[in-house]
Amino acid sequence: MRMGDTLMSGFQSLSSHRLRSSLTVLGILIGIAAVILTVGFGEGASSSVAAEISSLGSNLLIVQPGSTTNSSGVQLGFGSASTLSVEDAVALTSHYVAPDVAGAVPVVSGSEELVAGSKNWTTTLTGTTAGYLFVRSRSVGDGSFFTSAQVADGADVVVLGATTAQELDVGVGSTVDVNGLPLQVIGILDTAGSSGSTDEDDMALVPISTAQLQVLGSGSSVSTIYVKAVSNQALGAAYQEVDGELLALHHISTPADADFTITTQQSLVAASSSVDSTLTKLLAGIAALSLIVGGIGVMNIMLVAVTERVREIGLRKAVGATAGDIRRQFLSEASMLGLSGGLAGALIGSVGAEVLPHWADVSLSLSPVAVVGSVVVAVGIGLMSGVYPATRAARLEPIDALRNE
Amino acid sequence: MAPEHASARRSALLELEGIWKTYRSGALAVDALRGVSLRVGRGEFVAVMGPSGSGKSTLMHILGCLDVPSAGRYILEGRDVSALDDGQLAEVRSRRIGFVFQQFNLLASLDAVRNVELPLLYSDTSRADRRRLALEALERVGLADRVDHRPGELSGGQQQRVAIARALVSEPNLILADEPTGNIDSQASAEVMNLLLDLHGEGRTIVVITHEAEVAATAGRTVRMRDGAIVGDPVPSGAPA
Ligand SMILES: Nc1ncnc2c1ncn2[C@@H]1O[C@H](COP(=O)(O)OP(=O)(O)O)[C@@H](O)[C@H]1O
Ligand SMILES: [Mg+2]
Repeated sequence: MRMGDTLMSGFQSLSSHRLRSSLTVLGILIGIAAVILTVGFGEGASSSVAAEISSLGSNLLIVQPGSTTNSSGVQLGFGSASTLSVEDAVALTSHYVAPDVAGAVPVVSGSEELVAGSKNWTTTLTGTTAGYLFVRSRSVGDGSFFTSAQVADGADVVVLGATTAQELDVGVGSTVDVNGLPLQVIGILDTAGSSGSTDEDDMALVPISTAQLQVLGSGSSVSTIYVKAVSNQALGAAYQEVDGELLALHHISTPADADFTITTQQSLVAASSSVDSTLTKLLAGIAALSLIVGGIGVMNIMLVAVTERVREIGLRKAVGATAGDIRRQFLSEASMLGLSGGLAGALIGSVGAEVLPHWADVSLSLSPVAVVGSVVVAVGIGLMSGVYPATRAARLEPIDALRNE
Repeated sequence: MAPEHASARRSALLELEGIWKTYRSGALAVDALRGVSLRVGRGEFVAVMGPSGSGKSTLMHILGCLDVPSAGRYILEGRDVSALDDGQLAEVRSRRIGFVFQQFNLLASLDAVRNVELPLLYSDTSRADRRRLALEALERVGLADRVDHRPGELSGGQQQRVAIARALVSEPNLILADEPTGNIDSQASAEVMNLLLDLHGEGRTIVVITHEAEVAATAGRTVRMRDGAIVGDPVPSGAPA
C-alpha cells in the first residue's frame, strides 16, 4: 500500500471518530504546551540571571579580607583588623603590576542613619574613592561624584542613591546629617535597579577617608576591594594578577595562607540561580509526566480502535492487506494524533509564552528549538504508543478477525 | 455410471488433497473438515450444497486463503499455498481471488466506490486507476447511480452487489461466494445469481455455496457435503494423477 494512501485512509478513519480523536489530541496538546511553557520559563529565568550578571558588571572581582582555606571557614587576619588597605587597591591600579585590571576601588561600609530636616532613613553608607563609578559601572544623574582631591581631603560630601534621596526628600546642595556630622549632597546616582536582595539605588557614598575617620570610625581598614577587569575574557588573567600582587604586598609566600579571598560576581549569582534551575527541573518533570499521560491516552485509544475494528482489519486482510499494511495504518493514525497534538500544543504554548508575561510577573522566553523539538517528540510519542496496538492488529488472522462479533 | 465431466479434461485451477480442519476450544475439538479432496478446473462453475454445519464455509475460507488447514495440501494455480509468505498470500487475496461473504462485510464508514477500491488499495494501483476500475465494477453490477452511498444507505441486495463489485474489481480468476443470497430477498437473489453466471460466462472460475436447488441446477457441477466430508461430486474426488 502506498504511503499517501495509508495516511489518507488513516486521516479518514480518525475524522470519522471526531470527538474521540479530539480528546486524544487534547491529552498530547496539554503535555506539549506544558513542556514549551516550562522550557520557556527556565530559559526566561536563566536569561534574566544573565542580565543580572551583566548589570552588576560581569568583569568584576570582589576581594575580601580573611581566608576560606581552613576548615573553620572565614578567618580574619590579625585580630579583628582587616587585612586589606587603601594602598592595596592603589597598587592594583598599576598597569605594570596588573595589566588586565582596568580599575580597583577600596570600599568600607556600614549601616547608618541619615537625617535631613524632619526625615530620617537608614541605609548602607559606603566610603570609597573617585574610581567607584567606573569600577561599579554606575553614573551620576544630578550633580557630580567626589574627586580624588576630595577623597584626599576627607571632604564632608555625600553622593546618594536615587531611592535614598527620594526617601530623605533631598537634592543636590542639601545637607544630610550622619552621627551629627553634616554632609553636603553633591550628586545623585542614576538608578540601577535591584540585584537579588540588594537595592542598588539605596545607598550613600562618601570619600573613604571621611568614612574611616569621621563616620564609621573604622580606622584604616577596608572591607572590600572591587576590581574591574579590562574585559570579561580577561577576568581569569586579572584574577591571577590580583592574587599574585596581594600575596606579594602582604608578604605571603604560600597561596594557601592568603589573608584575603577573591570571588567573581558570576559565582555569587550562579549560587542563587541554581535555586531557579531546580524549580525549572521540577516543572519540566511534571510537564514530561503530563506528556507521558498524553501518550498513554493515544495508546488507549488505539487499543480501543483495534478491538473495535477487528472486523475491519479482517476484511482488509481478506482483500489483500499485508500485516505490514495494517501495522502502518495504525501507526500512521497514532502518529497523526501525535502530530496534531504536537502542532496544537506548540501553537498554544507559543501563544501562552507571549501572553502570560502580560498577566503575571514571569519572564518566559520562547525557544524555537523547544517548539520544533516538542512537535517531533509528540509524533514520536504517538508512534511509540501505536506500536503495541498496531502489532496486535497486524497479527490477526483474516478469518478470525472477520468472525469476531 | 458417472458421466464424463468437463472438469476432468480442463487444467486444474485449484486442488485440495486430504484437507482436515480441526477447531479446538479448550478440551473440545471439532473436526469441521475430514479429509476433503477436490479439484476445480479453470472456468468451472461449482455449487456447494449441504446442511448447516457440514463444513461448507470452512472449506470456502481455506479455498480463499483466509484460513489454513490443519492437515492436507492446497495447490492454487500450481503453487502450494502453505509455502506462501504473508506478502504472497496478501497478493493472492487481492488479485487472484474475489470473495463474496454472506454478511457482505462492507466497511460502514466508506462509501460504495471506496469499498470497491479496497483490493486495489493493496495492490499498488494509482489513485486514478483505482477510482476508474471501481466505478466500472459498480457499473457492471448495476450500481452506477449509488457510488457515493454508504452501506447503511443501501438495501441488502445492493450491498451484496457492492461486495460482488469489490470481488471482481481486480479481475481475479477465482470468485468464491459463501451463500451470497442468504441474507437478501428472492428478487435480489436472482440478480446476484445472474451476475455470477455472467462472470462465469466471461471465463471466470466460480465456486458458490447455496441452499437453493435452482442455483445449483444452473451450475455445471454440484458438490454435496455432510459432516465435513464430500458425499457427492460428479467428478471423482481422487482425481487421476
Ligand atoms: N471458529 C470456530 N470454532 C469452533 N468451531 C467452528 C468454528 N467455525 C466453525 N466451526 C464448526 O465447524 C463446523 C463447520 O462449520 P461451517 O464450516 O461454518 O459449516 P457450514 O458453513 O456448512 O454451515 C460446525 O460444526 C461449526 O460449529
Ligand atoms: Mg456457512
